[in-house]
Parts: sequence; structure tokens; C-alpha cells
Amino acid sequence: MHPALQGLITIIVGVGGCVGYFYFSNQFLDRVLFPARGENAGRNINRANQIRPWLFMFPALFALGLYLAYPVFATFWLSLTDRDAGGAFVGLANYIQMAGEPKFWEAMSNNMLWLVIVPAFSTAFGLLAAQLTDRISWGGIAKSLIFMPMAISFVGAAVIWKLVYDTRPAGQDQIGILNAVWLAFDGGSFSVLFLKIVPLLLIAGFAVLMGLAIYQTLRPVLGREKGHGKSHWWAHVLRGVITIAALWMIWLSLGAIVSLFSATLPYGEPQTWLTIPFWNSIFLMVVLVWIQTGFAMVILSAALRGIPEETIEAAVIDGANPFQIFFKIKVPQIMSTIVVVWTTITIVVLKVFDIVFAMTNGQWETQVLANYMYDKLFRANDWGVGSASAMVIMLLVTPILVWNVYNARKETR
Amino acid sequence: MAGLKLEGLKKSYGAVDVIHGVDLEIRQGEFIVFVGPSGCGKSTLLRMIAGLEEITAGTLEIDGMVVNDVPPSKRGIAMVFQSYALYPHMTVYDNMAFGLRIAGQSNDEIDRRVRSAASILQLEDYLDRLPKALSGGQRQRVAIGRAICRDPKVFLFDEPLSNLDAALRVATRIEIAKLNESMPETTMIYVTHDQVEAMTLADRIVVLSKGVIEQVGPPMELYDRPQNLFVAQFIGSPAMNIIPGTIESTGDSATIAFANGKSVETGIAVADADKGRKASFGVRPEDLVATTGDDFLFEGTVSIVEALGEVTLLYVEDLTEDEPIIAKMPGHQQVRRGDKLRFTADKAKLHLFDTAGNTYRR
Repeated sequence: MHPALQGLITIIVGVGGCVGYFYFSNQFLDRVLFPARGENAGRNINRANQIRPWLFMFPALFALGLYLAYPVFATFWLSLTDRDAGGAFVGLANYIQMAGEPKFWEAMSNNMLWLVIVPAFSTAFGLLAAQLTDRISWGGIAKSLIFMPMAISFVGAAVIWKLVYDTRPAGQDQIGILNAVWLAFDGGSFSVLFLKIVPLLLIAGFAVLMGLAIYQTLRPVLGREKGHGKSHWWAHVLRGVITIAALWMIWLSLGAIVSLFSATLPYGEPQTWLTIPFWNSIFLMVVLVWIQTGFAMVILSAALRGIPEETIEAAVIDGANPFQIFFKIKVPQIMSTIVVVWTTITIVVLKVFDIVFAMTNGQWETQVLANYMYDKLFRANDWGVGSASAMVIMLLVTPILVWNVYNARKETR
Repeated sequence: MAGLKLEGLKKSYGAVDVIHGVDLEIRQGEFIVFVGPSGCGKSTLLRMIAGLEEITAGTLEIDGMVVNDVPPSKRGIAMVFQSYALYPHMTVYDNMAFGLRIAGQSNDEIDRRVRSAASILQLEDYLDRLPKALSGGQRQRVAIGRAICRDPKVFLFDEPLSNLDAALRVATRIEIAKLNESMPETTMIYVTHDQVEAMTLADRIVVLSKGVIEQVGPPMELYDRPQNLFVAQFIGSPAMNIIPGTIESTGDSATIAFANGKSVETGIAVADADKGRKASFGVRPEDLVATTGDDFLFEGTVSIVEALGEVTLLYVEDLTEDEPIIAKMPGHQQVRRGDKLRFTADKAKLHLFDTAGNTYRR
């Protein structure tokens, strides 16, 4: 039989089966189980209506249970057994073994770095793009261009960026744009300006921004302003977390400035970008930021449109400048959307696999948890440690997922 | 002196003109109401004064200074919006303090001003609440409080009562009137489409139609001596009865002939040149009196009786008119549908308008 015909039949059988299930199960409920006639007609209708939601929910519950809930428990069980011992129960041995591997901790710390950088930059760029494209005539075109990477698969994006980072031996034409740009620098004053001064200013600016964030976060606690209501305990916890994270960022920035000036840059030599430790992870993150910015922009753009125009006009009359309007009137009003976008991207980041797999496969210190899991599970055939790392990923995702769902529900209320 | 002066103020969006040259002088401390049907440009005019809309042509002076290109915050104005426009993420206190903080006032000064505004508006108990935890009337009070905190020379109100229910609207209207009395130095400009608000609050009313000022004057002058047909029909509820006719005789007391052949002496002087021209005759429903004599203005059959308790509205079908004539009778009336009635009115309360809609002055 022709494959197209087989596909058609499958579709007909599948869709027909679904329609048939809903139709006949409801018929059975209404006609046979609790018929709406006889002396108990009223009671039967109520009972049938109590059961009906479950009829509709059943296929989804069944499929999710089979393909989602069962694998979670099976994986958990596998993480407690050893393949070499014929699947015998070994307790937490796999976890202990995994904790002893430096590659696992490399993946963990890389994942943490991804976790901070990718959502932060995707959301920030998305917000910036949403705000800047809001009122210009060609904003729609700009938005489509920024959104386009969302349509590319992670592997496709990885291939595109692999070409950007591509290296050819010295003397040949560089086809990678990053190396082509790099070779334009020759160590003269021009290079100093662009590779020392400009990055210095950027990093210093970032550090100042972090300092500002700390000030804004702690201002209500320091009691500089009167009239604020009491805040929740978790607000204090959040303030603490933000402060510590921002302080860490400032520390990193200062370190980066020092190393920027102590480094002697190898001008004129084409670089194999993806083999430079630490920076190669950043280069991989750029790919995901490139993809996720479009997502953040679309959601945040809709949220910005939803802000009542009068509140902005009232702020104009109150004398706020465009920056104050953006940060004190607009951003707080879409804060819950920003949190949802941020956490959604965080979940994507925690599961990131394709980009690392396609570009470096975890070599040169770029390992991440999902790729580590794949390595163990399907290359080393060590289902115990592989499942254990899968459990770690799930443990990291779950709280963010819960927080995300909570916020998304708050949004729709 | 914190007066306003509008000279040839125009606004166009591309080729579409919405405000066609408005000239108006407002004295300090005056309560001015812009009133008109929707789309007449009253809100646009207010937003031009606020600085939210650019002025296409003409000049706007506040306090003797041309402010065409002065940003809204520097014009010495404060605005209360129809939808309150409170910042939803800030407490009542922060909402009122926002403008002062932007202006860099000291914390003590901010606290003093916010608390005094809150005490004027009885908002002290709500300072820590978010706007979503307040009722509509409280929200509008916060919006007014935010305006008071700015200590403006000119208060702008953009239909501030439209989102409130009927009872609250009356209460808030009285509060605004009290506020106006307590701030005699502050000029207030108030936009509404509700003529009750206009009549009760205003020192002077500005009636706008299609971007043009139709008449400016104290409420009672607008009611008693409308300058044209538009103002005559816009002020007063139900609207003035207008019957088309022809000027039959001129002189100190002209007569007008209706299509049904009946002619009425108006007591209004009309120049001889206008003899035989089309004109409109007007009389307010509340000025009509039922009569049994032969000296009547209209005679007709009652088609609808609306008894409201304090007044009864009668819709009378005159034989020749398409629109029924409305008569407002005091108290309860023993009138039924189908009754034939005659009406007359005091000569001093009759109005006569020429072909262009302008009033023939007494």
C-alpha cells in the first residue's frame, strides 16, 4: 500500500476513533448508565454531569500517565539499580558515584551559568525589543525578524552558529564571521579601543547596573521612604537572593576587568572559538539567547500593549521622564508576565541539550546536565547514573515549573 | 494671576481638523465646564491644555506665560482621568507621592502633602492599600488626591464621574463642589457630557460642538438666553421643542406661521427684511401650561404619558408635526393617552431662531 494512503487511513482511524469515543461514551452515559427518564430522572442527570468531565479527561489523563508519570517513577527506580549487577537495588550508590565525577560538577556549574545568563539576556533583550518596536512604523517587520529564530530548530540554529564560529587555518579566507572580524584587529590603537576600552565600559556599566539593582531592591528595607505597606516574608527572602546574585555579578565583573587588562590577546591568529574554556559556553548561550529573545519579545509586547494608556499619561503629567515611565510605571505593571517569561525560558535552559550536543558535545568544558545524561545513558549504557542525572534535572525543573504555573494562573485570574 | 488664555487654538490630525480655532479667557479661580455631545472635541481641548496633545496652531497661556511647548509637568496643572488612571502596583500613598518623588521633594514634605490631601478626602485609612482593594468612589478620590498633592494652579477633570454609579456620582459631584469652594485660588476645568454636572458645578459653561465654541456663559444665561439652536436644544432636559415655520409679520412682536396654518405672536423683535423667511420657533417643555381657552400655542392628542412622580411628561402629537411636542407638567396629572389638550406659554419664555440657527434677540 502507498505510504500516503496508509497515513490517510491512520488519520481517519485516529480522528474517527477519538470522535467515536466521545460520542459513544456520552451516549452510553446518557442512555444506559443514567438515563434521563423514569422516576430518578433529575438525580440521573446530576450524576451523569458529574461523570461527564472524567469522560473527556480520561484520554489525556491516560496518555499523560503512561508517557509522563510512569517514566518518572521508572527512571527513579532505575536510578536506584545497577545494570552490571543484573538490575539489583543499590540504594544511592549511583548518586554517590555521580557526585564523585568532576564532569558532573562541570555540567552542574555550567548549567547554573546558563540558568543565570540566558533567561536574563533573553528577557532583557525581548523587553527592549518589545518597547522599541512598539511605536515605529516598521516595528512589525523588526518584530518578525526577531521572532524568526523561534521557527528554527535548536539543531538548525546550532549549525548556523557553528558556521559563525568556524575556523580556517591562518592564511586562508575565514568563512566564520567571528574570525573574519577578529582578524581585522591588528593590535593597534583601534584594537585597544574596541577590545579593551569598549568591553571595559560595558562591563563597568553592567556592574553599575547591578549596584543600582541592589539599591532599588534594598531601598524599602532601609526605610528611606515613608508610607510603604508591610511586605511579606518571602519578599525579604527574594530581596536577599537578588542582592547576593547581584553582588556575585559585580564580583565577576571586577574580575573580568582585571583579566581583560592582564590578558595579551593573540592578534592576527584565527581562533577556534569553541575550544576556549568558559568563553565557549558563552558562545553556546548566545545561540539560545538568539532563539529565545523572539519568544520573550512577543509575550512582553502583548503585555506592554495591555497597560492602560491613562496610567502613562498620568505619569507624564506627574513629570516622569521616559526612563522613569518605563521602569517605574510600565515594568512593574507587567512584572508578572516578565516572571512567567523568565521562568519559562529557565525551564527551556535547564533542559538544554541539542545546542551543546550539536556544537561541542560537551567537550572543552561545555558539558551540561542533559548532555551528561545522554552520555551516560546512551553512550556509556550506564542506566543507573544516567537516570540519576535525569532525576537531578527534574528536581531542578520542578520548583521553577510550580512557580511558573502559579504565576501563569495568577495572570489569568 | 493664574488665568488661562486660549487664542485661536487648533488641532488637526493630518488633514482632519478636530478643533477649529478656540478663543477663550478663563479667570483665576473660575470653575469652567466644557460640555458637548461626544466627538465635539471637549476632551481633546482639555488634553491640549494638559499638554498630552500637541497644539497645531494658536497659543495657550497659563498664568501669563505661553506654554505651547512646555511639558505637562511644568505647566502647573494636574489632571483627573475618567478611568482614574491610578498606578495599579503602588499603594494609595505611593500613588499620591509619585509625582512629588519625581520632582525630588524631601520625604518630610512629601509625607506632609500626602497626609493633608488624604485628610481632605478622608483617605487616611486607605493609604496602605492597593487601588484594586478600593471601591470606584474611593479610587476616584485617590485620583483627586493625587492631583491635590501636586498643588496645581489649574485642575483638569476629564469626565471624572462617568465610571461611577448614579448615587455615588451625586455624592462625588458634591465633594468636587466643596473642593472647589475650599480652593478659591485654583482654576478648575471640567469636561463632561452630563448637563446636570455642568449646570450644578460651573461658574461658566463652554458649550462645544464639532470643535467650535457655541456659547460661553453662566449656566442660567445659557438656559434662559441660548445664542443659537444648538445650545437651546443641548441645555435642558427634555430638550426644547422646536417647530419650523415662516415669519409672517415683523416688528417689535413678530408672528410665525406653522405648517398647519396656525400663527403665533412671539413678542420678539424681527427686522422687516426677514419677512417670509424660514425660522424655528422654540419653547421649553417646562414652560408649557395646559389651557382650555382659545389663546393656545399647540393643540394635540397625548400619545405617551410618562409619570415620574415630581413631574409628568406628556408627548403630544400635533396634527402636522413629525416629532411629538413634549410638555413637562408639575406633579401628578390626570391625563390619559388619547386626550386632546391645548397648551400655552408665557411670551417671555418663547424663543425664535433664524434660518442659520441663531437666536433673534429680544
